[in-house]
Amino acid sequence: MRLKGWKEIPIGGLIIEAGNSEEYQTGSWRSFRPIRDEAKCIHCLLCWVYCPDSSVIVEDGKVVGVDLEHCKGCGICAKECPPKVQAITMVEEAEFAEY
Amino acid sequence: MGKIVAMTGNIAIAEAMRQINPDVCAAYPITPSTEIMQEFANFVADGLVASELVAVESEHSAMSACIGASAAGGRVMTATSSQGLALMWEMLYVAASSRLPIVMTVVNRALNAPLNIHCDHSDSMGARDSGWIQIYSENAQEAYDNLIQAIRIGQYSGVRLPVMVCLDGFIISHSIERMELLDDEKIQRFIGPHVSYYPLLDTEHPVTYGPIDLQDYYTEHKRQQVEAMKNAKEVILEIAEEFKALSGRGYGFFREYCLKDAEIAILVLGSAGGTAQAVVDKLRAEGVKAGLLKLRVFRPFPLEELAESLKNLKVLAVLDRSDSFGAVGGPVFNEVRSALFDLKKPPKVINYIYGLGGRDLGLEDIERVYQELQKIASNGQITKLVDYLTVRE
Ligand code: SF4
Ligand code: SF4
Repeated sequence: MRLKGWKEIPIGGLIIEAGNSEEYQTGSWRSFRPIRDEAKCIHCLLCWVYCPDSSVIVEDGKVVGVDLEHCKGCGICAKECPPKVQAITMVEEAEFAEY
Repeated sequence: MGKIVAMTGNIAIAEAMRQINPDVCAAYPITPSTEIMQEFANFVADGLVASELVAVESEHSAMSACIGASAAGGRVMTATSSQGLALMWEMLYVAASSRLPIVMTVVNRALNAPLNIHCDHSDSMGARDSGWIQIYSENAQEAYDNLIQAIRIGQYSGVRLPVMVCLDGFIISHSIERMELLDDEKIQRFIGPHVSYYPLLDTEHPVTYGPIDLQDYYTEHKRQQVEAMKNAKEVILEIAEEFKALSGRGYGFFREYCLKDAEIAILVLGSAGGTAQAVVDKLRAEGVKAGLLKLRVFRPFPLEELAESLKNLKVLAVLDRSDSFGAVGGPVFNEVRSALFDLKKPPKVINYIYGLGGRDLGLEDIERVYQELQKIASNGQITKLVDYLTVRE
C-alpha cells in the first residue's frame, strides 16, 4: 500500500471519512495465519461469530475463506472451533513468505 | 476613530473579548489573569455577549474544554498565567496538533517555586515548542490589538493554529494606560464569522479528532505543522496591514527604533521595550548610536527578517525575561544569535537575564547594558557572554 505524503492527508491527524477503518490493512500485523481444513470443517460458523475482525468469509452459509488483508492472526477462530472438530491450524506466517 | 479610554491591560483584553463575542470560553482563575475572565463573566451575566462561559475545575480542564468546543466548530478563547499554563501543558500540544485555532491570552508570570506572582516570561517561553503562535505585547493597546488580530491569524486557511497573546503580568495587566477601543461593529466586520474546517457538530459529515497515529503518518502530521507556522508568517503581516487600515496602528514581527544607523542595540520583548526606548532617546541626545528592536512575534520566529534588521550592528544585547537552565543563555538569545550566524559580518551578541519574578528593570539598568555594549564595540572584548542584570552577589 502506497503511503501518502504530508500534502495529501487531512491536517491535524483528522479522519474525515466515516467507516474507513476497512482501508486499514490490519493483515500486515499477522504473524500466524489460520489454515482451515475443508475436510474437517462442519460449517458451524463459530469462527465467523467470534472473529473480532469480521475476517471469516461466508457464502451461502458456508465458510469459504479468510480475508487476509484484515485477519491479524489472533487465533481466536482456531480456539473457538469445536474441540471435536479442530479444523483450523495457526501456521507461522514465515512459512508463506516468498523470497 | 474609536473611543479613547483609560484602562488596565486585563480590562482591555476583556473588552476585546466582549467585542469578539466568542462562542465558548472555558477558564480557571489565576493571578494575574483572573480579572480578564472575571470582567468577561460580567459581560456574560449582563447579556452583552452570547458566549457560553464554562467554569471548570482546573486549567487542564479549561484547555480540554476549549479543545472540545473548538473541534465542535466554535470560536473559542481563554486566558491564563504561570502555573495555569503549566497545568495546561499536555493539552497545549493537543490543541496545536489538532489544528484548533483557539486564542488564549497569557498574562506572563513567573513559575513556582518559590511562590511568585509577578512577571517574567518563564511560563510562555516554556511553551515555545508546543506549536502555538506566540505574540508578545508591549502595552495594553498592543495587547488589545494583538488579540483582535490573533482571531484572524489562527483561523486562516493554511495556518489553523492556536494563538497565544502574551502580556506582562501586573506591568501591563494591572497598570492603567491611555488607549483606544475600536468600535464594536468595526471589530465584528474585521474578524468576520468563525471558519471551522471539520466541526464535530456537523453530524452529516462525521469526523474523528485525535486518533492513534503511529510510525507511518505521525511524521507527516508534524511536517504539516511546520508548514502552518511558515504560512503564519505571511498571514501575520497581511492581517497587520488590514488592521492598520482599520486602526491606523501598524505592526510587524518586531518594532525597530533608531536601528537604521545604530552601532549598538538591545533586543527585548514585552513591556521593557518602552523602557529601553526612553534610554535610547537619552543616549541619542548624547550622540551615542544606540538602537532598539522590540520583538513582537516569537513563534513563528522571524529569522531572516531579524538577520536583515540587525546585520549592520557592531554589538547587540538580547534581554531575556526567563532563563533556560543548563543552556547557555535565555531562549530569545539563543534563537537570535543563531539567526545572525550566517551573516557575513555578524554583530557580537551578549545576553542578559533580567526581570525574573517581577524584578524591576530601571532606566539605569538598561543604561548599564548600553555602556557595556559601547565598551565591547570599542575594544572588541566580550567579558561575559551571559549575565544576570540586577542580581545581588
Ligand atoms: S485469526 Fe483471528 S482475525 Fe484471523 S480469522 Fe481467525 S479469528 Fe479472525
Ligand atoms: S468453527 Fe471450525 S468447524 Fe466451525 S465453521 Fe469454523 S472452521 Fe468450520
